[in-house]
Amino acid sequence: MHKKSFVWVFKAAAFLAVLLVTLFFLQRLLMPKYMSDIVEGALTAEYYEETTGHEVLFVGDCEVYENFSPITLYEEYGISSYIRGSAQQLAWQSYYMLEDTLRYETPRVVVFNVLALKYDEPQSEAYNRMTIDGMEFSKTKLDAIKASMTDRENTLDYLFPILRYHSRWSDLSAEDLTYMFGKDKISHNGYYMRVDVRPAEGFPEPDILADYTLGSNAMGYLDKMRTLCEENGIALVLVKSPSLFPHWYDEWDEQIAAYAAQYGLDYFNYEKLASEVGIDYNTDTYDAGLHMNLTGAEKLTSYFGRYLKENYELTDHRADPEYQSVYAEKIQFYDYMEAVQRKELSEYGEIISF
Amino acid sequence: MEALLKILTNLHPEVDFETSTDLVDGKIIDSFDIVSIISEINDEYDVVIPAEEIVPDNFNSAQALYELIVRLED
Amino acid sequence: MLFTSYSFIGFIAVVFLLYYLLPRKCQWPFLLAASYTFYFIASPSYLLFIGATTVSTYMTGRRLDALKETQDAYIKANKGSLSREEKKAYKASMKAKQWKWLLGCLLFNLGILAVLKYTNFVIANFNGLLRMFGSGGQISFVDLVLPMGISFYTFQTMGYIIDVYRGTCRAEKNLFRLALFVSFFPQLVQGPISRYSDLAKSLYERHDFDTRTVAYGLYRILWGYFKKAVIADRILTAVNAIIQNPDTYQGGFVFVGMMFYAFELYADFTGGIDITIGIAETMGITVAENFRRPYLSKNIKEYWNRWHITMGTWFTDYIFYPISVCKPMLNVSKASRAKFGDFIGKRVPVYLSSFAVWFTTGIWHGASWNFIVWGLMNFVVIMISQECEPLYKKFHNRFHVKDKRWYGVFEILRTILLMSSLRMFDCYRDVPLTFRMFGNMFTHFRLSELHTEAFLELGLTGADYALLSVCLLLLFAVSLIEEKKGSVRDLIFAAPEIVRYAVFYVLVLSVIIFGAYGIGFDQSQFIYNQF
Repeated sequence: MHKKSFVWVFKAAAFLAVLLVTLFFLQRLLMPKYMSDIVEGALTAEYYEETTGHEVLFVGDCEVYENFSPITLYEEYGISSYIRGSAQQLAWQSYYMLEDTLRYETPRVVVFNVLALKYDEPQSEAYNRMTIDGMEFSKTKLDAIKASMTDRENTLDYLFPILRYHSRWSDLSAEDLTYMFGKDKISHNGYYMRVDVRPAEGFPEPDILADYTLGSNAMGYLDKMRTLCEENGIALVLVKSPSLFPHWYDEWDEQIAAYAAQYGLDYFNYEKLASEVGIDYNTDTYDAGLHMNLTGAEKLTSYFGRYLKENYELTDHRADPEYQSVYAEKIQFYDYMEAVQRKELSEYGEIISF
Repeated sequence: MEALLKILTNLHPEVDFETSTDLVDGKIIDSFDIVSIISEINDEYDVVIPAEEIVPDNFNSAQALYELIVRLED
Repeated sequence: MLFTSYSFIGFIAVVFLLYYLLPRKCQWPFLLAASYTFYFIASPSYLLFIGATTVSTYMTGRRLDALKETQDAYIKANKGSLSREEKKAYKASMKAKQWKWLLGCLLFNLGILAVLKYTNFVIANFNGLLRMFGSGGQISFVDLVLPMGISFYTFQTMGYIIDVYRGTCRAEKNLFRLALFVSFFPQLVQGPISRYSDLAKSLYERHDFDTRTVAYGLYRILWGYFKKAVIADRILTAVNAIIQNPDTYQGGFVFVGMMFYAFELYADFTGGIDITIGIAETMGITVAENFRRPYLSKNIKEYWNRWHITMGTWFTDYIFYPISVCKPMLNVSKASRAKFGDFIGKRVPVYLSSFAVWFTTGIWHGASWNFIVWGLMNFVVIMISQECEPLYKKFHNRFHVKDKRWYGVFEILRTILLMSSLRMFDCYRDVPLTFRMFGNMFTHFRLSELHTEAFLELGLTGADYALLSVCLLLLFAVSLIEEKKGSVRDLIFAAPEIVRYAVFYVLVLSVIIFGAYGIGFDQSQFIYNQF
């Protein structure tokens, strides 16, 4: 009986290695890059490029990442901040976004936009992907996946995104090749800039709901956020941005106000406080009242920044040489983008490439 | 044996039943043919070929078929 | 569990690993456990039915063997003292006893199948009759769900017990071994329908890990997934768009739907069987082939020798022959030959048995008139081509085209069109609609309607069509090679070693990248909505 040959084990292992490497590269190629058209998908991952810390953290959906400008916060108050926002970020995703951030740093203040609390269940697979795909792999990411999955999703599709995006083989573009291993920055510490103007025209009368109670699942995650902040000595601030739509019902407003009062949290409804902030819905929004444009965001940030400065012990980083050089670059990019956008606006009458 | 060959040749005049040994496997006769053959054998030899004997071994050659008939006559 | 699901792939990976990690003597018991686990996961409450079939068949088998042994012993013991007539009478009475047991087993198990599968169909038709006679009363439908694979495992098991009765094989003495034969999980989804004497040769044997066998099996599985995921699941989108909207898709598109369905069914069915046979092969178990390049058939008879082979042979061996050569039928045949002459007399057994075969084949496929009519249409076409044989012979004697290549191609295309047309009964909602759409294909045919934009509205992109075209060519090439030269696998493995790794590599990547699975395949992805 001749000896058993185990050479095949090595061959099989080599084959597997080659296969896995190929799949790794193909996965990189096939995943959407979000560098043009819908850039919001790139927001989550941009956070990990930061080299300096942040004492203020914003979490939430577009009402957060389109309405606050961390650059303004730095320029006017020296406050370091980051907006960990994403498209239709749901309450549980905000919680896990916070938990994920805490793996890297501990901010002093966390700001959460409460609109997302109107959604009590998973909503959209596409937006789930845009929020979660960019997260670094961790237990937090796994929890976020489980909490976010819609019926037809599978954890394996998140762990091996090639299983989800393989069908993009027929939609590949040059962008997929260019950005395989590195992406361009599209935000400013998480702020998505738009300089165009489109005045608000009013929205249809909101529907009358059968039940105004905010869902227990969503509120549960608000609780978890509050507890997590308490455990880490972080101050949680609740805000409702000045966005006019989706409609934020008074009944919901009362519930949040009550919640804030119960736990000693500050809660600001900037939709109601819009005039005090100085927001003009004719000049300060780029999509008829859904989100602020650059002017509006800077106004809101300026106002909010004063509250932050007066109520929390936040470092003025403008004196720190490290922050100076890092933010000098950021400010340059910020001004540059503003200039390019304004140029496009004057040339074409609309923003095209952002 | 002659009677059997006559039955077979009547069905497929173009086939040489004396020498062929792959009547079933070579798809020279099909299931319809087999039914006809069995029916005529029943007439000629008064033998009932049961379904379980309808296997290629018994039908691949005229000789094998004849041996089957002989066996069943006992 | 669908073949093309993560859970199934995970399941077979685990089964494969454990099969070779466990001690050899545990292999077939492990497969039994795996099969029942598979069944439990897929439909837990119906383990009862497959269990009932197994136990009832086991007991019947043991009984039949016991009766045979008694018979043999008696005859041996009384060798000298029995006269020929006495021996015959004794044998006949023993046979009758065995027949009673067989009949009981068949009625019980086929009864289970019939009740679960056809009750609602019968009720629906009964209600139709009631309505026709103006009665207001309607029987309500029963809430019955079909246990997975019941059509397959019931027929496979009944084949076994009939074989035992006939003496083709001995009864399985071990209940659990029989249980594995009944429930062998790769076969539960869509067959093949195995014969006990075939499958038992390798099912219970101890298998050592052999790289060649395993590699062959993996190849087979992969090829099956390629056909299913890349081809079948992709083109299904277009097929559904056409056949679910008969008001929109008429004329030329009926034909398109018919041909797309022919492509889809081939890839799906042969792909699934490849996966089944491949899984068995990785464990050293040989399962019978079910397809042999069916689309290269030159006529309908040849087609049914090449398509769903195990079903064809099952119906031939257990329905066609028993009916056509049983004593009563032989008498009927004799009588009709006497009364109506040879022409009719010869045809009586063949026609009656064929009718029975095709009626039951139709109804076995599904509890609806569509399938029954489909089966009977096959019967009609086969009988017509049978009757036309003398005409064909005359034609070929006159024109000498039989060996010409172009004539062969003509026959192949003709058969593909014929079988694809018959399969329209699979597609449309009911029988009248199917006939209407078939006619519509001709009456509403407008070449101008078959433009590119229309095809792109079926749910497939230009890239999809390009990919499908490549796949079609690939399938055609593989089929030709297999038909003329033999196994493509053998060719690959005979080539330098790097080739088999390269082909495997390409196949795996193709399934992962081009497979039509997952959410991404939904065209409407990122609906830019309220953020």
